[in-house]
Amino acid sequence: MTVWGVRVPRMASLAIWLVVWEIVGQLDLLMLFPPFSAVVMAMGDVVTSASFAEAARITLGAYAAGLGLAIVAGVGLGLLMGLVPAADRLLNMWVNIFLSAPLSALVPVIMILFGLGTPTVIVTVFMFAVWIIALDTRAGVLHAPPSLMEMARAFGASRLQRLRIIALAALPEILAGVRLGVIRGVKGVVIGQLLVSIIGVGALFQLYSQNFLMAHFWALIVLIFAFALTLADLVGRLETRLEYYAGARHG
Amino acid sequence: MAPPPASRTLTQGPAGGAAASAAAGAWARWSSLPALWRAASLALFFAVWEIAARSGFSYALPSFTATAAAFWEMLADGSLGTAFAKTLYPLAIGLAFSLTVGIAGGVIMGLRRDVEFLSLPIFIVMQAAPMAALIPLVTFVYGIGLTAKVMAVVLLAMPVITINSYKAVRNVPPSLTAMARSFMGTRRQQITHVILPAASPMIFAGARLGVAEGFSGIVLAELLITPTGVGDLITFHRSVANFAHMYATIAAIVAFAVIAVSLLQRLETALFRPEKRSQR
Amino acid sequence: MTLALDKVPDGANPPAATPAASPPIITVEGVSKTYDGGVTALSGIDLAFPAGKLAALLGPSGCGKTTLLKIVAGLLAPSAGRVTVKGRPVTGPGPERAFVFQDFALLPWATVLRNAAFGLELAGMARRQREEKARHYVAEVGLAGFEDKYPHELSGGMRQRVGLARALAVDADVLLMDEPFSAVDEQNRRKFQEDLIRLRELENKTFLFVTHSIEEAVYLADRIVLLSPHPGRVSQVIDPDIPRSDDVEAIRRDPVYLDIVDAIWRGLRRYAE
Repeated sequence: MTVWGVRVPRMASLAIWLVVWEIVGQLDLLMLFPPFSAVVMAMGDVVTSASFAEAARITLGAYAAGLGLAIVAGVGLGLLMGLVPAADRLLNMWVNIFLSAPLSALVPVIMILFGLGTPTVIVTVFMFAVWIIALDTRAGVLHAPPSLMEMARAFGASRLQRLRIIALAALPEILAGVRLGVIRGVKGVVIGQLLVSIIGVGALFQLYSQNFLMAHFWALIVLIFAFALTLADLVGRLETRLEYYAGARHG
Repeated sequence: MAPPPASRTLTQGPAGGAAASAAAGAWARWSSLPALWRAASLALFFAVWEIAARSGFSYALPSFTATAAAFWEMLADGSLGTAFAKTLYPLAIGLAFSLTVGIAGGVIMGLRRDVEFLSLPIFIVMQAAPMAALIPLVTFVYGIGLTAKVMAVVLLAMPVITINSYKAVRNVPPSLTAMARSFMGTRRQQITHVILPAASPMIFAGARLGVAEGFSGIVLAELLITPTGVGDLITFHRSVANFAHMYATIAAIVAFAVIAVSLLQRLETALFRPEKRSQR
Repeated sequence: MTLALDKVPDGANPPAATPAASPPIITVEGVSKTYDGGVTALSGIDLAFPAGKLAALLGPSGCGKTTLLKIVAGLLAPSAGRVTVKGRPVTGPGPERAFVFQDFALLPWATVLRNAAFGLELAGMARRQREEKARHYVAEVGLAGFEDKYPHELSGGMRQRVGLARALAVDADVLLMDEPFSAVDEQNRRKFQEDLIRLRELENKTFLFVTHSIEEAVYLADRIVLLSPHPGRVSQVIDPDIPRSDDVEAIRRDPVYLDIVDAIWRGLRRYAE
């Protein structure tokens, strides 16, 4: 539906679904769904509770740390794989395996290695986000126009200058990787905390489900989903901005 | 159409484009690499593991050789086989459902503007959001039985399958459908002769991503809901500090998932991509 | 916005002077096209094309030549005016017209033979019959021996030959070609152009093609429709009188050919950036 532009109808259709949710909840059709109005009400409760502030602090901290590590390591690994063929041949298979593997299964390993606390969550976020960033960075380096490198050499750029040029040329792909890493990282932070279950939102989920607080549970889920979507949206906007300059490369 | 930033992924290749092509390319790259590099790549990983374990980095890190031994032991005594059978049952049901409904739904979404308007936002949300958070809720409502596990698989696998099928249909080159139209093809012929075959590579890419997500879903369900199958094996060996056995189980399920995804791709090439076969 | 007619050299007669042996097979009457965004691509186009001839729509980018071709094909609906082919008004694609696409529009998963037979497949012709027919046209466009290849194994020129075979196979009276040679490299384009001249002698069909190459239009076409941009209008119709049957090599040295190319370029150069 592009008639009125895209944004408005998109929201409109979500509003329809919220109404459906409310009706399903009011009529008790599916046990899974309490009325949406009850969820909104519970959201006030959840947000103002002290345990939520604490959980949000821990979650955001672990997420930022894990994602930061993943970006640094992912871009580094991707540059290495893009520039050194031998490294690419050795590592490519493993990066691909970790990308399509069920990483949730690895969380128990992370848990026994790093303990039942924030470090485990950080490592989980890192594991979820790093591979896609590495692979997209590698793709960016390999897609950088060869003429750009020839130009740099022809004008006598030093090794370091050439690396800088490559990294900048690969920036659109790196950002695409970071955007996917951001989304995957949110999944990582949630899965990590669900399995550790004594810290952050994981502890809250545990609390709500043990006390049968369905509406509270949903309120927390809605908050997390909103956080994930907002984050993805923000990185998307940043990407659009930077693609403006990168667009010159595609003519 | 000019998509808003949140839905940018919609017009740009398969969801998690690199992930799709990664799963897609893993096998091809693997088999095209010289044997020496393949061996070196494996050896490097196992050597790093072995050295890290022997260096005493953590008491909970068994060496690669100990893990391999534990793997053979569990394979021989049948505990691994039993656990896998238990795990694969809900996984198979969930994936069968996700693939049928997800692909059909995604294709219809791609073909019909009204369906797209109504359901696309839901799937955009489901794909970008951490659906795993719903697993405890599902358990909460449906208990710890088969239903909850199947739902866990569906919740994780279906969004990516649906979104990819949708994008696959929307990305069919317009000149191909115009061509079918110019040669007097009916809408039905357009769909069966042009749109579906042209969309099938990206639909399959989504299916592979979905299968990988499904494995994640079932393992999560077994770890979170109630220890059965592979999840039980992991939890049990962890509780008795049998770390080599625990690592072996995890490595086995990860390897199984990766191999299943690769096989899916070979199946696709063998059945649906004659033009790729002839290249060999 | 018409080109000065007096600059057109001898040998290029205005259309009225052409002996109208047959009634036009395609007529375009008062066709305009305005896109949803409000862009007017075509405005008040009146044209007629005689049967059995090869006509070119030529003009700078933005002149709406592809839009006009797609309206004739029935792939786009005009905002105003009407098109008739063989006396019947065009409301959509029809069996008397076949389209050749700029990007070839071949099915990547189908062999050359199946691609060439695809129009017949959609029409519901039995497999053996349609493949026999397709085989004939695949050979006619010079691709005998490539029947079982896939599009990605062929060069751009060969792919477009498959597109041409597919259009020929459905026995349409009119072949509509949208910049058929633009994605083909120079040597193959020349070879393809020569083949098209021969093919036109062989098949008794009407060809209407879009091009942005002046040389190509003058080399191939019996009638050149020059369009001017923003909005697209007919600025001139030229019927070059160049003998094409004896020696295709000689065409490019023919003084009439050179004069017309030169005259058209002088008219169009103001649209160059």
